[in-house]
Amino acid sequence: MNRLVALWLVCAALPAAAQDARKSGFAFMGPDTQAMQTDDLANPGMLFVLEGDALWKAPVGASQKSCASCHGDAPQTMKGVAARYPDFDEATQAPIDLAGRIIQCRAERQGAAPPQREGHELLALTSYVAHQSRDLAIAPAQDARLASARAQGAALYSTRMGQLNFSCAQCHDDNAGGHLGAAPIPQAHPTGYPLYRLEWQALGSLQRRFRNCLSGMRAEPISAGSADAIALELFLMDRATGMKLETPAVRP
Amino acid sequence: MARALINVPQKAKRGEIIEIKTLMSHPMETGFRPGMDGQLIPRDIIEKFVCTYNGEVVFSAQLYPAITANPFISFTTIATDSGTLVFSWTDNKGDTQVQTASIQVE
Repeated sequence: MNRLVALWLVCAALPAAAQDARKSGFAFMGPDTQAMQTDDLANPGMLFVLEGDALWKAPVGASQKSCASCHGDAPQTMKGVAARYPDFDEATQAPIDLAGRIIQCRAERQGAAPPQREGHELLALTSYVAHQSRDLAIAPAQDARLASARAQGAALYSTRMGQLNFSCAQCHDDNAGGHLGAAPIPQAHPTGYPLYRLEWQALGSLQRRFRNCLSGMRAEPISAGSADAIALELFLMDRATGMKLETPAVRP
Repeated sequence: MARALINVPQKAKRGEIIEIKTLMSHPMETGFRPGMDGQLIPRDIIEKFVCTYNGEVVFSAQLYPAITANPFISFTTIATDSGTLVFSWTDNKGDTQVQTASIQVE
């Protein structure tokens, strides 16, 4: 009987242990890069957050409304938003990512020119909104209509692609913690996006990271804001449920 | 040029060594990279950084094309008197961005 109880205890402890094995890309970096991320005055991503703060309050477009006119004070109203996205968009009846929502707001509700994906304005606003969720646990939207896209993302993650015939899972699940050349392979948890990558010398989105990986695999990159990209983002955010957001993170 | 983040201690004791950190938002385009159209992207870099403390230059630096975008410059000086620190970044077109910070010395 005692043995049974012990066995049950071990089994009950297993999922918790499995969760602890998840590590943010932060854990795979050198101490210098970690210090750069944790010091807000050395983190170049904060320059974009600062700019996002100014953009949030600036009236734009035909409506001459700012983001703040509707949403008020971002540190309160936008808290936890990035931890939930991508979400389901009622208007288009499709999943939408945070950047997509900002584009939609800009174009439809503010009557301004829709910002370009990977453009300075969109990255600044996205990082400003996501920054309000820093240190909060990722808590994906629980909308049943997202399930099919999430499954599509999971399938993409384990599909072999490109001339090198790799899948995401082969590196980030099977060989995480190892090295690709000199670069450590992280577990692919999107905890800090948009993040400042020293290699890019700029802030970039998760979808830019996808393209980066895919072109490395000699596969056809998925375009920003496409259904595939959002599906993969949905899956990865779900996979990172409970991990803390770090936006704006710094990565090598 | 755009915005900068500056960290100067608000208060210091006279004679104390203080650390000053600056992070400037700038593309630092080298002038050696071709763009999407195959043409070289014109050079756009900060060439000179100067910090004055109550009018006296306490730190200056020359910057070159190999320096990263959004350059982070950190240095130390001795807190002598209360006053202002003026930071200026000058780019290769001659445009200068200036920011100030004040310090209380006891």
